[in-house]
This record gives sequence, C-alpha cells and structure tokens, in this order.
Amino acid sequence: MGTFHQDRGELHGVTVVVEAADGELWVGRCDTCDGRGILLLDADLHKEGGEGGRSREEYLERAAAFGVWPRHPQVLIPPQRILSVRPLGSF
Amino acid sequence: MPYSPLMVRPMREELTSIGFQELQTPADVDAWLAQKSGSALLVINSVCGCAAGSARPGIREALGGEVRPDRCATVFAGQDLEATARARAAFADIPPSSPSIALFKDGELVYFVPRHRIEGRSPEQVAEDLRGAFERFCAVAAR
Repeated sequence: MGTFHQDRGELHGVTVVVEAADGELWVGRCDTCDGRGILLLDADLHKEGGEGGRSREEYLERAAAFGVWPRHPQVLIPPQRILSVRPLGSF
Repeated sequence: MPYSPLMVRPMREELTSIGFQELQTPADVDAWLAQKSGSALLVINSVCGCAAGSARPGIREALGGEVRPDRCATVFAGQDLEATARARAAFADIPPSSPSIALFKDGELVYFVPRHRIEGRSPEQVAEDLRGAFERFCAVAAR
C-alpha cells in the first residue's frame, strides 16, 4: 500500500549514485530517468577535494550507511554527462 | 502539500493496528523519547509506495517474532510535520529520509535503517534485517 508512479521509470523513487563528468558524484532520489537525463530530488554533490575534504570513498561509505543531506532540492543531469547510475543501496 | 488524511489513514493503521503508538505532536515525541529504559522502535512512516510499501509489512513481520522492542511508535513524514522534525532531532547527525527506522536502547540510538536500505527490497528482507537488530539489541528485555 502506498503511492506509486510506475510511469516514471524503474528507478523512480530509488536513491541513486550518479557518477558524472568532471569528477562529480551526485546522490539523490531519482524522479525520472529518460532522454532528458536523470532528475534527482533531495540530492547532494561530492567533488574530489570538495567540502569537508572527504575522498569519494569516504563520502560513499557515509552515504551508504546513512544517506545524504538534501542540499539540492532537484537537479537534472543531462545524459551526455552521466557516466554511471547505481542504487545507493548496492554500495 | 500533504496528502489527504483519508488516503493516509490506512498507512497509519498498518502500524497502529499492530501496537504502534502514533506520535502526532512534538509533545507526543518528547514524552515518548523521555522514557529511556529498555528498547524502543521508532518508524518514520511515509506514503511512498516505492519504499514504505515494503517497510510496513516488513516491520509487521519482524515484530511477529519472539524478540521485539519494548515500545514501538511512529511519526508520519509529510503529514505530522512538527512531530517528524522533533523525532528526527533525536538523530540529528543522520540525514532525513522516509520511510526510515530507528532502534533505541536505553535512550541511545543503536540501529538505523535509512530509506535507501529499504528501496527495492522485499518485506521479507526488511524483516530479516530488523529481526537481526532485535536479536542483538532487544534480546535481554525479552527474557
């Protein structure tokens, strides 16, 4: 029982890790994933050497354990910038 | 914008019908958290079918075992906004997500399941994880 939006793709509602160009790592809840790219809600961004000086591995370890802070209410990552998409729960 | 209370009611009742105390105000949350002794399970409930649709049946299944927390309560994210914010303040270092599940032992957070650990998993898998946590942290209270 709950609300479902099955027309929005199989990743809808799933918290994903998007490895993007320029060393960006986005973590957020996927809303839609289509030809326009992937739309993330309540997302966070990690850049190597960025805030807190955490490495990518340290950042992902923390994210996998507890999730991420919703610093970006929504972000659309265009397909040409996406290198990989994986569920955060798989880390 | 919150969903209609009528639509949400069955989702609340999935937990209240199995003994969860519903915390709808900050005062409710404060009173519940003030009881420090023993083990206590707090569920941040949600309308989201992607995750809560597995969380609630999984919780129900886990609580059907011999070892279970002494007390269970729930707040409803997106509905009881102030109560949810107060509950989340009890684990302020952890990013907010819903549904999510927090287990306390003698007032300390000892186990936490964020939303992304529920997504894509079956109720049975959620229950298995919770039973493991209950065995680890609630077993003494069950003897």
